Order: sequence, then structure tokens, then C-alpha cells
Amino acid sequence: MSRHVAAIEQEERLLARWLVAPALLFILVGSLVPIAATGWEALHGHDLRLPWLGRPFVGVANFVEAIQDPRFTSALLHTVTFAVVTVPLEIALGLALALIMHTAHRGRALIRLATLLPWAIPTVVAALVWRFMFDAQAGIVTALLRTLDVVGESFDWFVHPLAAWVPIGAADIWKTTPFVAILLLAGLQTIDPALHEAARMDGAGGVRRLVTITLPLLRPALVVAAAFRMLDALRMFDVAYVVTGGGPGTATEPLSLYAFIVLMQRLRFGYGSALSVTVFLLTFAFALMWVRALGRSLVGDRT
Amino acid sequence: MRRNPAGVAGAALLTMLLFPIYWMIASSVTPESRLFQSPPLVPSTLSLDHYRALFDERDFLIPIRNSLVVAAMTTIVVLPVATLCAYALARLRFRGRALLLALILAVSMFPQISIVPPLYLILRELRLLDTYPGLVLPYVTFSAPLAVWLLTGFFRQLSPELEEAAMLDGASRVRALWDVVLPLAAPGVATAAILTFLYCWNEFLFALSFMLGPDRYTVPVAVTLFRGRYQVPWGQVLAATVVATIPVALVVLAFQRRIVAGLSAGASKG
Amino acid sequence: MAAVRLEAVAKTYPNGHTAIHCVDIDIGEGEFLVLVGPSGCGKSTLLRLIAGLETPTSGRIFIGGADVTLLPPQARDLAMVFQSYALYPHMSVRDNLAYGLKVRGTDPAVAAQRVADVSAALDIEGLLDRRPAQLSGGERQRVALGRAMVRQPQAFLLDEPLSNLDPALRAQARAELRRLHRRLGVTVVYVTHDQEEAMTLGGRVAVMRDGAIEQVAPPLDVYARPANTFVARFIGAPAMNLVPATLVGIDTPADAVAGIRPQDVTVGANGQLHAIVDVVEPRGHDYLLHLRLDSRDSSPFLAVVAGLAPPPVGAQVFLAFPPDRRHLFDGRTGTRLT
Repeated sequence: MSRHVAAIEQEERLLARWLVAPALLFILVGSLVPIAATGWEALHGHDLRLPWLGRPFVGVANFVEAIQDPRFTSALLHTVTFAVVTVPLEIALGLALALIMHTAHRGRALIRLATLLPWAIPTVVAALVWRFMFDAQAGIVTALLRTLDVVGESFDWFVHPLAAWVPIGAADIWKTTPFVAILLLAGLQTIDPALHEAARMDGAGGVRRLVTITLPLLRPALVVAAAFRMLDALRMFDVAYVVTGGGPGTATEPLSLYAFIVLMQRLRFGYGSALSVTVFLLTFAFALMWVRALGRSLVGDRT
Repeated sequence: MRRNPAGVAGAALLTMLLFPIYWMIASSVTPESRLFQSPPLVPSTLSLDHYRALFDERDFLIPIRNSLVVAAMTTIVVLPVATLCAYALARLRFRGRALLLALILAVSMFPQISIVPPLYLILRELRLLDTYPGLVLPYVTFSAPLAVWLLTGFFRQLSPELEEAAMLDGASRVRALWDVVLPLAAPGVATAAILTFLYCWNEFLFALSFMLGPDRYTVPVAVTLFRGRYQVPWGQVLAATVVATIPVALVVLAFQRRIVAGLSAGASKG
Repeated sequence: MAAVRLEAVAKTYPNGHTAIHCVDIDIGEGEFLVLVGPSGCGKSTLLRLIAGLETPTSGRIFIGGADVTLLPPQARDLAMVFQSYALYPHMSVRDNLAYGLKVRGTDPAVAAQRVADVSAALDIEGLLDRRPAQLSGGERQRVALGRAMVRQPQAFLLDEPLSNLDPALRAQARAELRRLHRRLGVTVVYVTHDQEEAMTLGGRVAVMRDGAIEQVAPPLDVYARPANTFVARFIGAPAMNLVPATLVGIDTPADAVAGIRPQDVTVGANGQLHAIVDVVEPRGHDYLLHLRLDSRDSSPFLAVVAGLAPPPVGAQVFLAFPPDRRHLFDGRTGTRLT
């Protein structure tokens, strides 16, 4: 029966393999093999500054060291907290921006530009600008808050372990809200305006329509946006490096930055690899949770 | 009356979005002396000293050249690779299709730091550290997923009847791809090129790890490492950020609609 | 030009859906065959199977006597006009026409000549340098036709080529197609859902339902002697009336169904059926009456009445029809009995 079908589909499959091969090659060589190699490296002691010690296999010793390393646990805490705090803010602001973009009539081009620029600007540039704006002496934010008497004369954000997070958060939120807004705007545009019109004729006001029509229909886009943002927040590096360098001390150091320092500055590749692996595991765990929750919610919605 | 709350919120959001950019530009043309003294919102005196210093003393053209070369090389590699892969994903049936899609998605979720150690060691072995190709490999790997995602959505929207007509006209699938599909894919490919360029221009961690000397620093690295010296020369730093932003701003200005359409199309396909 | 033959062709998709159950059909050289049926009946699938765009799960397809079942579309030497025309948007009309010839390596001089001939025949010479986007619907349709003609294929496959045109243009295009076919004498397989189109165009009409061919015959035969109740009601508008045969005095076989077309009914003071006029629809040069019969059967009985003064709503009338215009079908299977 499917003798006919099989013969022609075989050709298609062959062509597909050729077309897909280069991309697959890059993925394998560029990321899958390296990830595995990192995992393997994490099981070895490898200090580039002490080459005479060789590269002995140490099993999970690096991971044990990490668990007992207070700097590691702090970094882990920093990373998770940062993600949990900034992502909801970004979603909320992104939603607001998307709603405005959706309903705006005049100034559409300006809004679109205003949304695209922060997204397209290099992260380090955004970080530098915000670092500057929060600077103790030259920063306009600091100056403004001083004028409003919210902070004292000699207040320096970057000296306080908790306050130092504010410029980091501000830079990250400023940079990524536009991306969320664009994703959500696409979702908004797929909602049939007739639904809103019907609701209006039924007497529903703006807020009610937002909550009962827009948000539920926007759910897939919201989920996608939140997932992307969460993953990015868990692997955050650029912003922390540039705005605070992890300081004061290590108070604002996320996991990626700690791993980087161990690798590139202390040249402890074994231990640094183990730290890198934990970042990977963190994002992987999140992705898994998300997919499972997504699967459940999708199934649950079929009532 | 109903529109006002949205209007006010809108204006506030717009200000928040655009103000830092304005401030960056304004500060970059404020003379050094005024920078640290609570400068006014609109600079009273303008000075291009910082820019001059940027190009004369710090030779900022070098990082710019490096970024452009790496971005160009990456884009040249990514476009054909991603286009062919996307066509196969969109049109052809083959075993492992779902797996490939999952892989591509997974790669874009990897923490970049996780692959730095082995790549560093390998590049060191191959003496590719501090070279262009050494950076292009991870760049291609990490920008290809977005390009594939974008182009797959794009190909799905093309009517399959065009290729069928070409096949009935006697063209093999490959020929039909070349004669009919690719010319029509130009807009999608252009958007993918733009997004790839933006990725390369903005990328920081790999550039920081694999480019060792000032001769090969890309723009983000060069701009950031200004800080390493004495007191942070904010004037020059800001001038550098403005210069780093100009290409990006130009690209965005020129291709706004295309970019938004590309991101949205990919997004709505999930 | 060669014939097309399908032998026990069936198509089931991997998801289990059977689009074509078992089709056998012989299409003669130079014949204009129309595949007609409601949406989902499989007519487009059948066309695509002939084209090679789909592969049958069983059965064989012959073109010009050669078994092409396993051949890809490129090798079948057929031309297809798609419903959307599928003109290459980035090529000029001239390049669109020439593409098939170019791909097959035809001598450029020969190709140019053929393009010139075809564009003259279809009156599209003035459009040769334009892009498809700059053409009107009717012009695009002619270019699509031209692209097929230029190739001088063994057969033409047309997939609802007129359905995207305005009704006014459609009649004109139909006439042009007939003229072209008469002149060129090519084999054509034509798919449509419009039974009127099928009747006016086809040398033979194949009525399809649920993946099978119910009847293949010249249009007048399908109209005058439908093979079953489905064909009887599908062909001809308004649809044929079907009533229990007992109402018109036929007792054997039991449960038989009688059919009579609205146009064949005479409404007046004498007749076999008694009815009450329910709705009167003026159609211009005649009237369409919806009548209610005495029996419990609630579906309206339709009659077309010419003239200036139809019976008013509520009037009690009698319906008469000549026995040679009356059809008889088996009550269970729907198959024709006479």
C-alpha cells in the first residue's frame, strides 16, 4: 500500500537532511558538544594557573565545594530573587505599553520607535547609561531624589548592598519591557475586535473587558513572554557586570558573573565549569517546570 | 475623557523609554566640568571634546571595525544556513523534525556562560582566541535559532501552490526553491539579517571572554572597559555609547515595520 | 494528446482520513471531463493525484498509456491551473509563461515563439511585461491558462479556475474556455463545485461524493437520467423534488421514491398531487413556487411556473407532470429504477 508513498517521501526526507545539516552541525558543535564538555570539565580539577597539577578527575568535588561556598549560595539567591522580582514587573509594564500601542492612533510611529530603541540598544550601553544616571555625583536620578529629599546628600546607591540592586533592576526593566510589549502587541492584534464590541453592547466597561476578554485571550502570549524573560533573568550577566561589577563586594553578583570571575579571572576552570553547570541546571529546571505547567494548563483549558 | 488616563500613562511610559537616550546624548555633549555638577536638563554649553578624545586618544574606530567585521561574517554564515533549515522545517516532512525544532529552541535557552569554558579551551588550542572566526562560531550558534524561527514562520505563510506550480512546470524541488521560493523569501531573509546584525553588535559575554586585546575588542567590550582606568571618564564613555547606538538606531529607524512584523509573526506562531 | 486512466485509485491520509475510496475512470483523448461535487467530495484530491502532487495509497494512474503512479509531478508532462492561479509574483508575465519551457531546456527561439502564439491567442500580448500584481482577476486567469498552454502538455488540469472571478466575467470566461477547447482539442480535467458550470462545460460530467464517483456521463444524460437520488438532487437547479412514489400512484416496488424536476411540473386545476401554495418567489421571467403537500412530509415541493399570474399564496392547486419526466429510485439505496 504505502510502497508508492514511501518512495516519494524518501526523496523528500533526503533533501530535508541536506538542508538541515549545516544548522544541525552548528548546533552540535557550537552548543551541545560544549555543554557536554563543560559538564565533563566540571568533574575535574583544572586550574590554569597551576598547570603542573594537571587535570585530575575529582568527581563531584567541585559541586560539593560550591554548595559549601557562601559566595555561591549568595549568587544563587541573588539570581533567583532578581528573576522573581523583575519579570512580573516587566510583564506588567510590557502589557501596559502594548495596550497603549494597540489603542493609540496618533503618534504610532513615535511609540514604535520608542519601543524599539531600548530593545535594540546593546545591553551594556543601556547599563552604562543607567549607571551614569544613578551615579552619586553626576547622576540625574540621584540628583532628583536629593532635591525631593528622598535621599541624603551623600547617598551613593552603589555602596549599599540592597540599594545597588535598584539601578540594575531599572536598567534591565528599561531594556526588556519593549520586547515584552512587542510580543504582547502581536497577541493583542489577534484578538477579534468584534469581541470587544459585543462586550461593550453588553455593557462591559474598559477594565472589565480587559480582565474578562483581553487577558484570558492574551494568555498564550503572556506565557511565552514570561518564559523568555524568566530564562533571560536567570542567566543575566551583562547588566550586573557593567552597572555594579557585582558590588559592593559581592552583594549584587548573579550566578553567571560569579562563574565568569572564577573562570576568567581566577582561571579555575574545573570549579568554574561546575558553577556554569549549575546555571544551566537552573534554567533547565525552570524550563521543565514551565513546560509541565504549560502542558497541564493547556489540557485543563479544554473544558 | 475616557482616553485621558491612557494618554497620561502613555506619555509617562514614552518619557521613561526615551529619556535615558536623550540624557545619554545630552550628557555626551556636555563639557566634562559640568558633568559632575547636577547638570540641567538641557545642556547650556555644547562640546564635542569627548568625541574628539574618543577617536583621537582612544582610537574608537578599531572596536567599530571589529564589530562590523564579526557581524558581517556571522550574518553571511547564518543566512544561508538558517534559510535552508527553515525551508525544510516549514515544507518537508522528515523524521526528527519535532526533535530538531526542540533542539533549536533549547539552544536559544542555554546560558551563555555554560559553554564558555570548553570553547575557551578549544579556541586556545586552535589558536583562535582573539581572532574573528573564534567569535563567529558561538555567534552563529546563538543567532541561528532566532533566524530559523523567523524564517520558518515566514515560509509557512507562503502559499505552497507556487512551488507546486513550479514542480508541474518541470522544476525539481531544489530548483523550485531557488527560482520561486527564495526570491519571495527576500523580506524574511532581510529581517533575519537585521536581527542577526543586532545580536552581534550587542553581544558581550563571548566577546569579553574570547577577545583578549584592545586590538580585537568589539564595541560593547571596548565601551565597558573604559571604566577599568582611573576615574571613570563619563564624558567619553557616554560619547562611546552614543557612537555604539548610532548604527542600531539607524537600522531600527529604517526597518521599524519589518522588525516588528518579523518578531510578531514568529511570536504568534508560537 | 493522450488519455488519462485511473485504475482502482485510493488515497488515505496518515491521520486515517480516506479522501478517495476507489476510483476507476477512463478519460479519452481530447475529452473535456468535469469533476463536480460538494466540498469535501475529493474532487480536488483526485486532480492532485493525477498531477502527482499527492501519491495514491493504492491503484495506478496512466497518462498516455504510461504508468506514472510513481512519477513526480515534474515528469508527468501535465499542466495545472490552480484556483489561485499561482502566478510567480516576482516574474513578469512573459517570464511566467516561459518558465516551464525554460526549466525543460527548450530552445529559447522556440520558447519565444510559443509565448508569442499563446499570448496572441489569449489576447494578453499587451501584458507581457507586467507583473501579476498589476493584473486584474480576469487577466491573471488568462495568464494562468497561457502558462499551461505554452507547455503543450499531455493534459490540462484545472482546479476551479473560474471561482475567483466576478459572476459577470465567469460566463464570458466559460465561453472562452469552450472555444479554446474546441480549437485546440486538448484533454482537460476540470474541477468545480458549481453544477451549472459542470453542465455547460463538460463533454462528460463525473459527479463525486465522499471520495467516489457516483456517475460519469454526458451532461444531458446526467440531467435526464441521474443514476441515483444524490446525483438527481445535485444536478439541476432548483433541486429535483423527491416524494414517496405512492403519492403519485406507484405501489411497486414498495418504498420507491419518485423524482420530478420543478421545471417539469404543471400547476393548475388538474393533476395527481394536491398542494397549497406557501411562498411565491418572482425570478424575473418565471416564478418559483414553494408548495406544501397534503402528506406529513414537511419539505416543500418546488415548482417553476412561467407566465404573468402565478397562483396566490394559500391557493389550493393541483400538480401534474408527464410520466416520461418522472424518475423512479429505490427507496433504500437511492439507485435509479427505470
